Amino acid sequence: MDTVVLARAFFGTSLAFHIIFATLGVGIPLMIVIAEILHHVKKDNDYAIMAKRWTKAFAVLLGVAIPSGTIVGVQLSLLWPGFMEIVGKVISLPFQIELFAFFIEALFMSIYVYAADRLPKYFRIISVILVAFGAVASAILITAVNTWMNTPDGFKITKDGTIFDVHPWDAFFNPSFLSSAFHVSVTAYMTGGFAVASVGAYKLLRGKLSKNESAYHKKGFLLALIVGLTFSLISSFSGHHSAQILHEHSPEKLAAAEGLFKTQRYAPLAIGGFTDPKTEEVKYGIELPWMLSWLAAGKFDTEVKGLYEFPRETWPPFYVHTLFNVMVGIGFLLLALAAVALFFWWYYGKRKQKPFPKWLLFILIFSGPLSMLGIEFGWIFSCSGRQPWTIYRVQTTAEAATQSENLAPLFLLFIGLYLLLSVLTILILTSYFKRHPVSKDFEKYPGY
Amino acid sequence: MNEEVIAILVLWTFIFIYSIFGSIDFGAGFWAMVYNEHRSFAGKIANRFLSPTWEITNVFLVLLVVAFVGFFPKGAFTLGTVLLIPISLILFLLSIRSAFMVFSFSVQGYRKTMFIISGLCGVLIPALLITVLPVSQGGFIEGMNGRDTLLLGKLFSSPSLYMYILFGLTSELFLSSLFLADYSKVSKQEDAYKLYRRNALLLGPSTLLAAVITLLVIQPEAGWLLDNLYDQRIWFILSLIAFAVGYCSLWLRNKDGQTRGKPRVTLLAIVAQYGFASYGYGMAHLPYIVYPNLTIYDAFTAKETFYSLMIMYAVGLAILTPGFYVFWRLFLKDKRYLQQD
Repeated sequence: MDTVVLARAFFGTSLAFHIIFATLGVGIPLMIVIAEILHHVKKDNDYAIMAKRWTKAFAVLLGVAIPSGTIVGVQLSLLWPGFMEIVGKVISLPFQIELFAFFIEALFMSIYVYAADRLPKYFRIISVILVAFGAVASAILITAVNTWMNTPDGFKITKDGTIFDVHPWDAFFNPSFLSSAFHVSVTAYMTGGFAVASVGAYKLLRGKLSKNESAYHKKGFLLALIVGLTFSLISSFSGHHSAQILHEHSPEKLAAAEGLFKTQRYAPLAIGGFTDPKTEEVKYGIELPWMLSWLAAGKFDTEVKGLYEFPRETWPPFYVHTLFNVMVGIGFLLLALAAVALFFWWYYGKRKQKPFPKWLLFILIFSGPLSMLGIEFGWIFSCSGRQPWTIYRVQTTAEAATQSENLAPLFLLFIGLYLLLSVLTILILTSYFKRHPVSKDFEKYPGY
Repeated sequence: MNEEVIAILVLWTFIFIYSIFGSIDFGAGFWAMVYNEHRSFAGKIANRFLSPTWEITNVFLVLLVVAFVGFFPKGAFTLGTVLLIPISLILFLLSIRSAFMVFSFSVQGYRKTMFIISGLCGVLIPALLITVLPVSQGGFIEGMNGRDTLLLGKLFSSPSLYMYILFGLTSELFLSSLFLADYSKVSKQEDAYKLYRRNALLLGPSTLLAAVITLLVIQPEAGWLLDNLYDQRIWFILSLIAFAVGYCSLWLRNKDGQTRGKPRVTLLAIVAQYGFASYGYGMAHLPYIVYPNLTIYDAFTAKETFYSLMIMYAVGLAILTPGFYVFWRLFLKDKRYLQQD
C-alpha cells in the first residue's frame, strides 16, 4: 500500500472506532436528561435508577471516547499535515470553540457524577443538561470542519497555494453546515435511543425478571423506542435535506451515490444493485423513474448532473452507491421497526393485555448495532464520496497526506489498541452490570 | 507587540498551564500507583483528586494542539511530520492510561494491575512530551528529498534528550508531590501530608540539579539558545528566588506547633518559579519554533483567523470561568468531598 492509502486506512480506522463512542457520548446523555426530568415529573424512582445506571455506562464509555477523540484530533496533524496547514488558517475556529464545549461537558460530568449528593436537585438537572449540551455542541462543531471540507467557503487560494481573503465565520457557516450538523445530531440521538432499546429488548426477552425488574425494563424500553422513533423520523427528513444540499453543492457525490452517469431531467432513483464500472450503469438495482429529480429539488423535471459532466479523474469511487443505500436503508428499516414496535406495544399491551411478541423483541436487540452501522456507513459515504479531494476542489487527498514512511507498524499498533479497548469496554460494562443488577439498586435507592 | 508575538505568548501560556496541570495529573497517577496499598491515605488522596479532574486536564492537552494548529499552522505541519512516531506513542500511552484509570473504578479484580499500568504511563507520557524541546532546538531534523525527517538515532544517542527527560520527570514528581501535600493538608490527612512533604523536600533540589546539568550537556547545535538564555538571566534569577521562598516555606512551623510547612505558599511560589523560568526560556527561544527552519513569522496563521480566535478565547474564558469556579469549590475546597473518611 502506498502512503496515501495507508494514511486513509489508518485515519479511517481511528475515526470508525472513535465515532462509536462519540455517537453514544451524544445519544446517552440525552436519555439521561429525559430520565432525570421524568423522575422529577412523575416522581417515579425507576427513572432515577435508570439515570444512575446509564450515567455509569456513559462514564465508562467516556474513558474511551476522550482518549480516542484526542487520538483523532492529533492524528489530523500527523497524517494530514498538508490539510491541517490550510485548516489552521481558515477553519480553526470550530475546533477551538469545540474545546469550550468539551470543557463544559467535562466539568459538569464530574460535578454530576461526583458531587450529585452535595447539590440541590435542580442543580443536578442543570448539570446533566449542560453535559448533554456540551456533547452535542462538540459534535456540531466538529461537523462544521467536515462540512467545510465538503463545501469549502470563506477563503481564496492562489494557484501556488497561498491563502488570502479569509473569513473564518463564513468558513464556519459553509453551505452544508447547518443541514449536516442537524443530521449528525439527530442520528446520534436516534442511535442513543436504539442502543438503550437493544439492552431493554435483551433483558425483556431473557425473562426471569421479578415484577419490579420487569416494570423497570419496560419503562426504559418504551422510552427508548419513543426516542428512537422520534429521531429516526426527523433523521429521514434531515437526510433528505442533506441530499438536496449534495445536489446543489456536490453534484459528483450525488451522481456517484445514485450511479447516475448521464445528465438528465426526470432522473430515476436507483435503489440497491451496484455500479458496474465496465458498462457504467447500475446493475441489479430497482429504478424508480423520475424520483431522483423529484428528491433532488422537489420537481420531476429537475436536471440532475451525471458523472459524465465531470472529468473522470475527479469521480468518486463507485462503491459509494452501496454505502449510500445501506445508510438510507438502515434509516428506513429502523424507522419502520420502531413504528411497528410501538404499535404492537399499544395493541398487545393496552388493548389485548397480552405480552409483547418475542420475535419482535429479538429483532429489536439488533436495532442499536444497526443504527451504529448506519452512522458508520454515513460517515464513510460522506468522506469516500468526496474523493479524490480532501478539501473539495481545493486540495487532493494525496496533497494532504503525510510523506512520512513507517506508517504501517504504527497502524498495526493502533489496530491492536482499538481491539484491546473494545474488548475491555465490553468486558467491564458486562461484568459491572452483572455485579450490580438493577434488583440491588432497588434496595440501595428505595425511593427518593 | 505584533500579532505573531501575542499568539506565541498565548500559546506559551497554555503550554505553561498544561505543564503544571499535566505534571500534577500524571504525577498523581504515579503516586496513586506507588501508594496504592500504603497504610496512609496517600494513594486514596491522589485518586480522589484524579477522578473528577483527569478529563479536564486531558481537554487542556487537546487545547494546546488546537491552539498550535490555529495560531501556527505551518508549525503544526513541520512538527506533525517530524514527530509522527513520538507523538503517536504518546497518543497510544495516553489512551491506555485514561481507559485503564476509568476502568479501574469499575472493576473488582485486576485493580492493582490497572493502577500499575496507568501509573507507569503517567511517567512515560511526560518523558515523551518533553522530547519536543530538544527537537525544537535544532540539530535533529534533516531535510531529505524536500521533506523534513527526524534523526531518531541522533536524538536517542544525545545526552541532552535524557537530561531533558530527567528534568521533566523530576519536575513532574516535585510538582505533584507538592500539590498532593497541600491537598492532603486541606483534607486533614496528616500521614499523607508528611509523606508528600518529604517527597517534595527530596525532589525540589533534584529538579534544580537536573536543570543545571541539562544546560551543561545541551548539544552543540543549540549554542544559540545558551547565548539567548544568558541574556534572559534576570528571569532565572527571579525563578531561583521563588524556589528559595517556596522551599523555605516547607520548613515553617504551623500554629499547632506539631507540623511543619505551609504547602499552599510553597505551591504558589513554585508555580511562580516555573512561570519565571518558562518565560525566560520562551523569550530565549524566540523567534524560532523549530531552529533554524521555522520562525513564528513563517508559521503564522491568517490575520483574520487570529483575531476571531482571540475574540473567541475571551468569550470562552468568560463563559467557562463560573464553571471552573463551581468545580474548584466542589472538589478542591469542599470539606464534604475532601474529608470523606
